[in-house]
Amino acid sequence: MSTDNSSQPNSLAGVAAARHREPGSAPLGSGLEARGVHAWFGSHHALEGVSLDFAAGTVTALIGPSGCGKSTFIRTLNRMHEFIPSAAMAGEVLLDGKDIYAPGTDVTKIRLQIGMVFQKPNPFPSMTIGENVLAGLKLAQIKSDRNKDELLEECLTRAGLWQEVKDRLGAHAGGLSGGQQQRLCIARSLAVNPKVLLMDEPCSALDPGSTLRIEDTISQLSKTMTIVIVTHNMQQAARVSDYTAFFLADGGPGQMVEVGPTNEMFSRPKDERTENYVSGRFG
Amino acid sequence: MTTTTIPHHETVYPKRPWKATKADLIPVFAALAVAALLDYAVVAITPMKGKLAYALLFFVFGAGFQMALKWKKLGRRAAVDSLAGSVAISGAVIAFVPVLSLLETTIVKGAKGLSLGFFIHDMSVANYQSPLSEGGVVQAIVGTLYLILIATAISLPLSLLTALYLTEIKGKASGFIQFLVQAMSGIPSVVAGIFIYSALLLTTSLRGSTIMAALALAILMIPTVTRTAQEVLLLVPADLREAGLALGATQWKTVATIVVPAARNGLITAVILGVARIAGETAPLLFTLGVSNKINWNPFSGGQSALPYYVWSGLGDGTELGIDRAWSGILVLLIVVLSLFATARIFGTRKVKIK
Ligand SMILES: Nc1ncnc2c1ncn2[C@@H]1O[C@H](COP(=O)(O)OP(=O)(O)O)[C@@H](O)[C@H]1O
Ligand SMILES: [Mg+2]
Repeated sequence: MSTDNSSQPNSLAGVAAARHREPGSAPLGSGLEARGVHAWFGSHHALEGVSLDFAAGTVTALIGPSGCGKSTFIRTLNRMHEFIPSAAMAGEVLLDGKDIYAPGTDVTKIRLQIGMVFQKPNPFPSMTIGENVLAGLKLAQIKSDRNKDELLEECLTRAGLWQEVKDRLGAHAGGLSGGQQQRLCIARSLAVNPKVLLMDEPCSALDPGSTLRIEDTISQLSKTMTIVIVTHNMQQAARVSDYTAFFLADGGPGQMVEVGPTNEMFSRPKDERTENYVSGRFG
Repeated sequence: MTTTTIPHHETVYPKRPWKATKADLIPVFAALAVAALLDYAVVAITPMKGKLAYALLFFVFGAGFQMALKWKKLGRRAAVDSLAGSVAISGAVIAFVPVLSLLETTIVKGAKGLSLGFFIHDMSVANYQSPLSEGGVVQAIVGTLYLILIATAISLPLSLLTALYLTEIKGKASGFIQFLVQAMSGIPSVVAGIFIYSALLLTTSLRGSTIMAALALAILMIPTVTRTAQEVLLLVPADLREAGLALGATQWKTVATIVVPAARNGLITAVILGVARIAGETAPLLFTLGVSNKINWNPFSGGQSALPYYVWSGLGDGTELGIDRAWSGILVLLIVVLSLFATARIFGTRKVKIK
């Protein structure tokens, strides 16, 4: 896979077409749905009226220039947005048909079902590799009847890290490379068995090799879960996602310009701004 | 270039669905009210008596009811979370109540003697048995401001440089200096006074003056400011230092233009903590300050007054009027110190200018 930036929409579409899969081909419950989501930071209207349906078992890529509200949007999907003191929002986010913002919702249970992988790998520094993977069980006080060792191996295998770390599970996570740390973070979020995994530019700090490994991991994971990934890398969006949503802030609040199957978004987008962006003419 | 019009949305208002609503709060307050009633009843019918019993039982009932509410609504994990929250709130209350009570006593007892005259007169026209309408604290205010200013001027550069040595240069003597700083912070304040007295006053013809007392106070201030400055400098991310060095800067330039400004607010806190450490100290002044009942503008010679010393003298006088005067002195000291802190915060906090 070439890593240069003069990406041709058509070649991207080709990659995407090979990857595309009809939603619902793997029925996994009813997925996640954002309805008319707005977000504010104080009086700054950062995101306006985003409605987006993430069908179960699909991978959706969010693309768009910096500052258009992709991170803000993804953080409204698992109620991390509210940690910013000035934050406000409007709209609904439905998980399996239920609004996660409904009164009386246990927000910790929501975050258990909608996991998150951050831009910068953030393994817990005081814990070993093994402890990191199982940290979620401890933090969420889950009594798992599963064998811990089996779970550990399964999560690390699904995250594509098992072979590299199986002999040093007791070592501290700080000694891993950036790419390994990020896969460890993915393994960590898998241990609590979320239905949805949100990834905010998970590869932006990684080398191409590690990036490809994480993309493999994403493809594997998408068989069993719903994935939303923010990325600045068009090839990555084309390689891993079934659907692509293009966000843009044209002076005002960020909006979703267009969403569609990834191959169509890269071959014949409906909106000219999408066309310009995916062909590298701006952004 | 054609632009598709973005569909117009009806006006949507920002909401905070994560904030507790009135409907959520009603059971919370109802539970607290029931806890208060139960508290009252239990104290009435059992041998437990006194404010402490009220407070303790209110905490137990209140926290218990909140836990039960959470448990019913969200389960055991949420109940434990609620208990931890209740313990934290109670801890804050336990720590804060004595402070409030202290403040209240000071204001109630001190305000009686305050008048404009109290702030502008000195003690050359009165003594500690005079009514509080005669004489005042102006010389002590001047003295205290002088002491704080000079002690800060001496200790701030020394402390900052020491902290920079420990965090930036990390020289061979670091361990030893760290040990000394630690040991210095344990010095009883009277020892600092005696040290200056025996080292500088006893053996020379120098007499007690502002500068001598300020030196004694600086001894107390240095370890506090150094330790705090060190901690805040350590919080500056290593990336920033490397970014400066990678631009070709020398270590000195990096520290002066990047590290220290990044730690600015923390360094101001360090100075505030240092001033708080010394502002109310009396013991180091006893042998070093001399005495003066008038304003002495010359910090290098002649005795000086200071607010803690003024308070100490009033209390030492033992008469009712003397003690009242001491309370007023305490209130003035509080006002002076709080105004200094407020000034430091207002002028020290960098305002980010957005053009
Ligand atoms: N914590 C915050 N406080 C205030 N404004 C913020 C905050 N985070 C993001 N924003 C603003 O919200 C907008 C969207 O930011 P973000 O979601 O981070 O964009 P993206 O991830 O697409 O680059 C930007 O204008 C940004 O300045
Ligand atoms: Mg972002």
